Amino acid sequence: MSFRGVWTIAEQSYGKIREVSYEILTRGRKLADKLGVELASILLGYNISDNKLNELIYRGADKVYVVDGPLLENFIVENYSNVLVDLVKKYKPEIIIAGATTSGRTLMPHVAVRANTGLTADCTGLDIEKGTNNLLQTRPAIGGNILATIKTPNNRPQMATVRVRSTKSAPIDRSRTGKIIKIKLKTELIDGKVERIGFRKTEEEAIDIQNADIIISGGRGLRKKENFALIRQLAKNLGGVVGASRDAVDRGWISYPHQVGLSGKTVSPKLYIAIGISGSIQHLAGIKTSDFIIAINNDPDAQIFKISDFGIIGDLFEILPLLNERLAKEAN
Amino acid sequence: MEGEKLNIIIPIKQVPETSNVKMDEKTGTMIREGVESIINPLDLYAIEVGIQLKEEHGGKAIVISMGPPGAEKALREAISMGCDNGILVTGKEFKGSDTWATSFVLSKSIKNIGNYDLILTGERATDGDTGQVGPGIGSFLDIPLATYVSKIIEITDKSIIVERLVENGYETLKMPLPALLTVIKEISYPRLPTLRGKQKAKKTEIPVWSADNIKLNKSKLGLKGSPTRVVRISHPKITRGGTIVKPADEESLSEAADQLIKFMRKKELI
Repeated sequence: MSFRGVWTIAEQSYGKIREVSYEILTRGRKLADKLGVELASILLGYNISDNKLNELIYRGADKVYVVDGPLLENFIVENYSNVLVDLVKKYKPEIIIAGATTSGRTLMPHVAVRANTGLTADCTGLDIEKGTNNLLQTRPAIGGNILATIKTPNNRPQMATVRVRSTKSAPIDRSRTGKIIKIKLKTELIDGKVERIGFRKTEEEAIDIQNADIIISGGRGLRKKENFALIRQLAKNLGGVVGASRDAVDRGWISYPHQVGLSGKTVSPKLYIAIGISGSIQHLAGIKTSDFIIAINNDPDAQIFKISDFGIIGDLFEILPLLNERLAKEAN
Repeated sequence: MEGEKLNIIIPIKQVPETSNVKMDEKTGTMIREGVESIINPLDLYAIEVGIQLKEEHGGKAIVISMGPPGAEKALREAISMGCDNGILVTGKEFKGSDTWATSFVLSKSIKNIGNYDLILTGERATDGDTGQVGPGIGSFLDIPLATYVSKIIEITDKSIIVERLVENGYETLKMPLPALLTVIKEISYPRLPTLRGKQKAKKTEIPVWSADNIKLNKSKLGLKGSPTRVVRISHPKITRGGTIVKPADEESLSEAADQLIKFMRKKELI
């Protein structure tokens, strides 16, 4: 049997489907249509309602394969990998796409090794090559300075992780129909060696910066920890989250989960505002796919201005209070 | 750990130093002339944790790298920080390896070293930026894997408890040894090489392994053994040429703030 069909790996957390699952359906639908094949969404988890599964169909899936069981409630890579490899052997998809999340980036390389096939990380573009029908996977590399297009010509399935928020979620279309296939979990696929024994939510303000539409980041120009209050205020006024440069994190002004850039998180929000950040190559590489970039910096030669759509050269301690005041006034 | 020693293996990669690199404004590419090779900065955290653990529990921390002959320098640097030894896996046959082939070679090399309790890697390399080799090695070796590890909570001779950073918080995993952890920078603060370490590094004899040394099937190596192929490289321009204003006095400052708000509104960002 030859390999056929496109799969996207849905993610869930305590029975709730994560947004990234719908984003990759957008990607998958486009590829499946070009190839003229079916699009399936794969979901591993526990206690997932049929409503939630139907939503995957409304958002583009022709089929939903679901493996449900208490031992799959949380992401444990060994268990998820065993189950996915088993499904791949049985159903033979030609393409598998997952989000480049902490679980996607863990699961996919684990599976690619077992399935003896190629995997491309953190893609920003996916397409089908004319004539060969190979998957063309485009990703930033070498510090974001080049875009490499990669294919897996001789092995199947072709696997890719896709950068989170690099595309919009597929919209809900309730007229769409599809098939939900419930697969019984084979207990021998549960590895059982690794146990998840605890979880703590991050206590600080929302720092899921990769999922935010608006990010306001502070850097060395803030001079001290307390001045991050100005950034937090602006984030509050704009409905955004707080990010930071490596410099600010290394100085202990803010914690590592806020760090934007190649040694922190690569982000792609609608709006990125860099305040007091000069723009190292790593920082720029981590933000360059943002829709719009705004910079405030007192150094006219700062690299950050080169990739900004709008910039103010000036003292952030004068500009931010003014901005915060206006925005707060407008909100009232 | 009660009297049991820890044998730790740390796969590292040599990468071009990019922190001070300038951009060519016309082409939007990195100016690579005179760029030095360094240990992948994110590997330093794995090296630090490895050294800390062996200092605390006894045992050995060994670095291993697959790369050109020059990668030996990276191994010596890790030794000067406090690692016990390094192994260089090098040869033409490895050239063009993708993450699958690299994971394959490193896992075979680690098997060849033999006795290990823990494998530590950086989260990803700053040049390739895939983060796939650590999990790939874990998959080949079929040992428990924890990625994005921010903290080691407890380690005994049989198991380890770690915390890993995920999108909305930290989860705690318990797993038996041997295991593979990919660590993030929150986990430690890398030490600098000492003078004594540098002297030791200079004197250390670093074994050099080729495919023949470790009896690898050559069809699985290098470009031949790599499922993926690069078909095209393009250089995206990153310069945006936006509006940059420079207010000179209080009045123009106020104007600049208005302009900024207007910009965000026009683009429907607020």
